[in-house]
Amino acid sequence: MSKSNLILNNEIIEDQWTLVTIPVSEDTVVRKQAGKVVLFKLTGEVIHTPEQIASTEIPAKGKVLLPLSVWIAHKDALADRLSKGEIAVWLDTHEPLELLAEQQADLNVFPLISVHVERFADGRIFSIGNLLRTRYGFKNELRAFGDVLRDQLFFLKRCGFNSYLIRADRSAEDALASLKDFTEPYQGAVDINQPVWRRVHRGSN
Amino acid sequence: MYKYDEIDQAIVDERVAQYRDQTRRYLAGELTDEEFRPLRLQNGLYIQRHAPMLRIAVPYGMLSSKQLNKLADIAKRFDRSYGHFSTRQNLQLNWPKLEDVPDILAELATVEMHAIQTSGNCIRNITTDQFSGVAPDEVIDPRAIAEIMRQWSTFHPEFALLPRKFKIAVSGTKTDRAIVQAHDIGMEFYPDADNKIAIKVWVGGGLGRTPILGSVIREHLEWQHALTYCEAIIRVYNLHGRRDNAYKARIKILVKALGIDEFRNQVEAEWEHLKNSPNTITETELARVADHFTEMPYETLPTHNAAFDSAIASNPAFAAWVKRNVHAHKKSGYRAVTLSLKTHGQAPGDATSEQMHAVANLSDEYSFGELRVSHEQNLILADVKISDLLSLWEKARAHGLATANIGLLTDIICCPGGDFCSLANAKSIPIAEAIQMQFDNLDYLHDIGELELNISGCMNACGHHHIGHIGILGVDKDGSEWYQVSIGGKQGNDASIGSVIGPSFAAEEMPGVVQRLIDVYIGERTPEERFIDTVRRLGIAPFKAHVYAKESENV
Repeated sequence: MSKSNLILNNEIIEDQWTLVTIPVSEDTVVRKQAGKVVLFKLTGEVIHTPEQIASTEIPAKGKVLLPLSVWIAHKDALADRLSKGEIAVWLDTHEPLELLAEQQADLNVFPLISVHVERFADGRIFSIGNLLRTRYGFKNELRAFGDVLRDQLFFLKRCGFNSYLIRADRSAEDALASLKDFTEPYQGAVDINQPVWRRVHRGSN
Repeated sequence: MYKYDEIDQAIVDERVAQYRDQTRRYLAGELTDEEFRPLRLQNGLYIQRHAPMLRIAVPYGMLSSKQLNKLADIAKRFDRSYGHFSTRQNLQLNWPKLEDVPDILAELATVEMHAIQTSGNCIRNITTDQFSGVAPDEVIDPRAIAEIMRQWSTFHPEFALLPRKFKIAVSGTKTDRAIVQAHDIGMEFYPDADNKIAIKVWVGGGLGRTPILGSVIREHLEWQHALTYCEAIIRVYNLHGRRDNAYKARIKILVKALGIDEFRNQVEAEWEHLKNSPNTITETELARVADHFTEMPYETLPTHNAAFDSAIASNPAFAAWVKRNVHAHKKSGYRAVTLSLKTHGQAPGDATSEQMHAVANLSDEYSFGELRVSHEQNLILADVKISDLLSLWEKARAHGLATANIGLLTDIICCPGGDFCSLANAKSIPIAEAIQMQFDNLDYLHDIGELELNISGCMNACGHHHIGHIGILGVDKDGSEWYQVSIGGKQGNDASIGSVIGPSFAAEEMPGVVQRLIDVYIGERTPEERFIDTVRRLGIAPFKAHVYAKESENV
């Protein structure tokens, strides 16, 4: 078995969850702009058809991590497994959180919510993490996966993520070190919500 | 000025260690070019035409003499003994080695400096008025809140990778000198009806490819909410700003697409959740930081000095310099002085290591050991006694720092351009030098009067050409360098974007084109009109007609 690249809190652990993705059709359009392939999806762009979503196969047993749209489409059928703690959802950075919140008022029914970042430079993931923790009160495992690299880990942690699936070609051990890049951050964020001037007495001069 | 405590120092020290390791991994092949790119950019390191360029942060333009001496030493040891002061009040080194950058940062950290977020898609250095704290028209000294915002924006985790760069300017004067309307967020401080500090917040301004002046998103914001309100604005932008096209990714495009009213609604809805959250600034914190910006230990001085008055009367060169380079001060007997980095025939904003040491010494001798960088790319000694002006002038002159051209045509604002920058379409420095040579006669220059000429080597508009009374933009046509000219731009409370006068020109035509614009102005002006006023009164037509008239008609 290959080595796990999943960090939870400050440890490398085995992943308990089976990731489900929507099959990509062969005729997926490559978007171009001025002759260049456009790497980022437009905000809120839907790229899967209802047929693709409906026909996505969900493993019958065990803990499954489902695309948000697939869970929404099969929500009723999965209610039992949800109550057994076998259902988690993931979303892309262009999917609005409101979509999830409309379907499920209490997000803490999910043991895990995961956010997929296609390109490490897509900073929407930080606002999404922050909102899940502060606006929607999500308390369980919050995971980043996709193009997840060590140099973004400190920011992810500060935005409420506690779980990181490091990109397969990189070392999770090396990545662990970067969670401790800075000892006393200035501003309040999710992990430490008080800014430094409320945490520490800073004398004048 | 602000002095680091152990928390500030730990953050810059930890940054040096972090960046040293990132550089090591890049050089060892553990990071790809693409992965290293945002990391080095967030530390101000560009890969340029000839060599990397390192942009060092000068927060809101304030420097101590100790810091300037260190910058001079760094430029000498790691570069070619000069640096370039930029329109964002920062210092750029044009020739450092990539592998030396961690050592440069370590040197900077010893004098409470860094290169954090001087580039990249994050919140950049916050800029303000170069006369903050001493300007007679100042109503609120913006530096304490600027420093609080600097700390808040440093490694702000949610805004580490925005769709595009994000620039904030703050200002606390009646006459805006910080171009708040040309920033992603502009904060204009004022005392409200209850005499409390309030902020008028502008959003969505910016130059670059699509020049737009900002819109007012909030007329009145209590100072305590400066950070949380910015968080609401930037969160809406982070989630909804375009990421598919770098040219459409600035917040101004989102504000324009949604309309300011809808954008405001979204921000206000977001702010409902953030208002009074822990990042709300406390009285204690404001007082702690403001304590670093208390008034200098001024002497009680009369408004006039007889020796100074007689020097003015007997020495026309000194008098010309005083007229252009010496500015009013809130304290009796004091003046602020601009040391010109626009010596004719030299790259605007460049200073040699020797000049930096000289300015540091002058600031120690005459201005409490502090100085400022202006967005017009000059250096300012903010607190000089009138009785010291003559000796200061003599010493500055010996170092080529006393050209009497502040606010005049040859006080050109100019980006590094195609000589250095890999983004540029065209060179800008040789154009500036050619124009400075064309207008080398100081009497003529003073007769032309106030005129701002800005040059950018490309659409990115680092030279702020859109707001120049005369703006020059380098463009690429079939691989050769051309220059597009606009007139009627202006910074300040009545800011405007200039209008292009017509087809572009070759480099060698440029001094002549500027000359013809000036000729129209001289011919048409009323006694009290500045160039910009004449352009606003007449429109561009007469200028255009004269510039593009056939040679025979111009004789």
